[in-house]
Amino acid sequence: MTNPAKKRLSLHLRIWRQSRTDEAGEFRDYQLQDISPDMSFLEMLDILNQQLIEQGEAPVAFDHDCREGICGTCGMMINGQAHGPDHETTTCQLHMRHFNDGDTIIIEPWRARAFPVLRDLIVNRSAFDRIIQAGGYVSIKTGQAPEGNANLIPQQHQEGSLDAAACIGCGACVAACKNASAMLFTAAKVSHFVQLPQGAPERTKRVLAMINQHDEEGFGACTNTSECEAACPAAVSVSHIARLNREYLKAMLTATD
Amino acid sequence: MSTATEHQNLDARVPDGPIDQKWTRCKNEMKLVSPNNKRKYDIIVVGTGLAGASAAASLGELGYNVKAFCYQDSPRRAHSIAAQGGINAAKNYPNDGDSVWRLFYDTVKGGDFRARESNVYRLAEVSGNIIDQCVAQGVPFAREYGGTLANRTFGGAQVSRTFYCRGQTGQQLLLGAYSALMRQVAAGKVELFPRREMLDLVVVEGNARGIVCRNMVTGEIETHAAHAVLLCTGGYGNAYYLSTNAKGCNVTAAWRCHKRGAYFANPCYTQIHPTCIPVKGAYQSKLTLMSESLRNDGRVWVPKDVNDSRPPSEIPEEDRDYYLERRYPAFGNMVPRDVASRAAKERCDAGFGVGETGLAVYLDFKLAIAEQGRDAIEAKYGNLFHMYKKITDEDPYQVPMRIYPAVHYAMGGLWVDYHLESTVPGLFVLGEANFSDHGANRLGASALMQGLADGYFVAPYTVGHHLASRSLSSVTTAHPKFKEIAVEARNRIERLLSVNGNRTTDDIHRQLGQIMWDNCGMARNAQGLAAAIEQIRNLRDEFWQNVKILGTGEELNQSLEHAGRLADFLEFGELLAQDALHREESCGGHFREEHQTEDNEARRDDEHFCYAAAWEFQGDDTDEKLHKEPLRFNEVELTTRSYK
Repeated sequence: MTNPAKKRLSLHLRIWRQSRTDEAGEFRDYQLQDISPDMSFLEMLDILNQQLIEQGEAPVAFDHDCREGICGTCGMMINGQAHGPDHETTTCQLHMRHFNDGDTIIIEPWRARAFPVLRDLIVNRSAFDRIIQAGGYVSIKTGQAPEGNANLIPQQHQEGSLDAAACIGCGACVAACKNASAMLFTAAKVSHFVQLPQGAPERTKRVLAMINQHDEEGFGACTNTSECEAACPAAVSVSHIARLNREYLKAMLTATD
Repeated sequence: MSTATEHQNLDARVPDGPIDQKWTRCKNEMKLVSPNNKRKYDIIVVGTGLAGASAAASLGELGYNVKAFCYQDSPRRAHSIAAQGGINAAKNYPNDGDSVWRLFYDTVKGGDFRARESNVYRLAEVSGNIIDQCVAQGVPFAREYGGTLANRTFGGAQVSRTFYCRGQTGQQLLLGAYSALMRQVAAGKVELFPRREMLDLVVVEGNARGIVCRNMVTGEIETHAAHAVLLCTGGYGNAYYLSTNAKGCNVTAAWRCHKRGAYFANPCYTQIHPTCIPVKGAYQSKLTLMSESLRNDGRVWVPKDVNDSRPPSEIPEEDRDYYLERRYPAFGNMVPRDVASRAAKERCDAGFGVGETGLAVYLDFKLAIAEQGRDAIEAKYGNLFHMYKKITDEDPYQVPMRIYPAVHYAMGGLWVDYHLESTVPGLFVLGEANFSDHGANRLGASALMQGLADGYFVAPYTVGHHLASRSLSSVTTAHPKFKEIAVEARNRIERLLSVNGNRTTDDIHRQLGQIMWDNCGMARNAQGLAAAIEQIRNLRDEFWQNVKILGTGEELNQSLEHAGRLADFLEFGELLAQDALHREESCGGHFREEHQTEDNEARRDDEHFCYAAAWEFQGDDTDEKLHKEPLRFNEVELTTRSYK
């Protein structure tokens, strides 16, 4: 029942190769035959790498880890789309059944000033960690917590919060954005906390600090084109950016320090 | 390999007194580091999953100088993130009779009486605090309409004590611990070292005093000194190549510590999880878990007739064998993982398996969808159904899932005492990397509990005691020991690069995985294990003579990273098989075909094997020495585990 009509694929790959950050990169062309449509995209690259090693050419470096769509490690531009053509899907969960025999596939790293290329398809996303460091937390120490049910949280608030907290931090939103803005990533964290009573004490400080860090990292401004939402494998909605904007405006008007 | 067996009492430092007073007493008796002195101590935490992130954040909050290392590009990506179903805690919110004692009892029984009672009791005791802590951090646990925390049931329990965030509980808990860690980074109390691979442990004057690691971007070999080292590096499931672990998960840090004096306990206790998406082709790079929580609503079955080739939708109820409900009426589909896995294997081996390979059984939601509606099922498991469809191209709302067991979790790990300290003083081991709490089989939703218990509520106390009670001389990376071990690490990399053979690391790793799966998988026997040991040794030789790694050590080189990990798996795999061979009984995830009852249930041998097997490294190509920690059951009576 796994789409028996689809035959095995021959593919032409154009892949960005760059040996280190401070060296120029280039596209190189590769041919692959006999690819099963049930393979994942990364398994297809594994096969390419086996071939390259056997031929004595350096394998294509790409980030990946859990290969089940949750860790956020993998990510590449596939034919100009972050994580490729399938909806709400990370690169590791993209399967070759979404491609046709004879296709040319162009594979590039995330392109953003704040995400320098380390090698081939691997970029440095530490800027995301620094945005979280600026305020993406509740200031509570281990051992200080009140009883779990001390705060009643309406189910719709908890669900709304989880919708935002589902962000996997992959960076697809940045890569898909013409401004290389990380507003969806930042908004997801702000929105996660602002919908919960635990986030209330620091809501003003948090949004200002995180936006400030976002800008300092060199991410661009949001112009509401929603490409980020279309690319997001975790289905994080741009409505969280709207919530962030409201929070930011409120904070600008009410911040006392 | 003939093993030199010696009886030597390992001092587990379990406090005296009644079991419910032990942890309180231990805390009361531990020495403290005064607030002003904490800043004089440096602590290394390796790994940033639930155990590592929670420990690093908590120790930073206390005032220690913490250095946190991970191989990923960000601490948020550690594989705890992939845990799906939930986290147990003895809150008894549903008023269904749960208690600390019952969680303790279920965990000891679930582990088939091969865990240390005192550790398990402490785990149950602090479980409620974990939920409070996570809620306070803003972890959006599922709620009832009235706003209170919701629970669901997991395998091996007859109460509902599992807290969850849809099917992504591990992600939310890890992001909670990660946010606490990031707060400490911002406060300057934790320094982060991402994309670092720990290559060795530095022991000075008998104490763990630092690590050697490789910067995975530049290739630089770095040394870091500290007053204590916490290993929170997860399990060794990838010894089997195909597992539900992330691709980068490895045994290197634990194995290197083992070779520096830390005993390795019960490596043969490997959990094979019953509900994973079956293997599809030779290209398969990893296996994907479908959460155990699905068994709350999904029913497991195969056709009654071996030759029934109809699609599942056309097989009527009377022709289906709901074999878990048939064999285990008391627990039904919610039997523990080891039991469910073996039952699936038994049906498939007998020819009743389904799908192209015959190595799968159905997990069917038809009844649950009919009774509760599609929306209710989607709310509980939406992301899991989504993932299943992405991978298999089949819609589980329409057709039953096909599942098969896969390697998932390591109950075994470095031996630790009640303080979570290994046999190397100053080296603490937390979470999956240690052996302490799950015995021979872990119950679902208990890994998250243990990782966070160790990191938030145990290590912050016991590490302080180590610092306050031992006189540690001043050691920096200028100490000759650091240089010596860094040179060893560098030489090892050079040796790997100089082989220049014909086989890729992936190719050799797959072969190792096949040996492990065939001989050390769900069913084991003496003949197969002895053969496996021989085959692993040969493959290890083959690796060192014929592996092909391109590039240099001074650059980002993923083949080299993989080769280093594989080299350690090729040593570790032999110990796993050795441990499995020596344990002449069946218990939990360790099923020896020679030791089973007439109805194919595991037969334990408490007279001879009621101990934790702790192996001591004696040198390359030398037999490891076995030490036994006897397990005493004062609270829970040793009985035959039954879920019937």
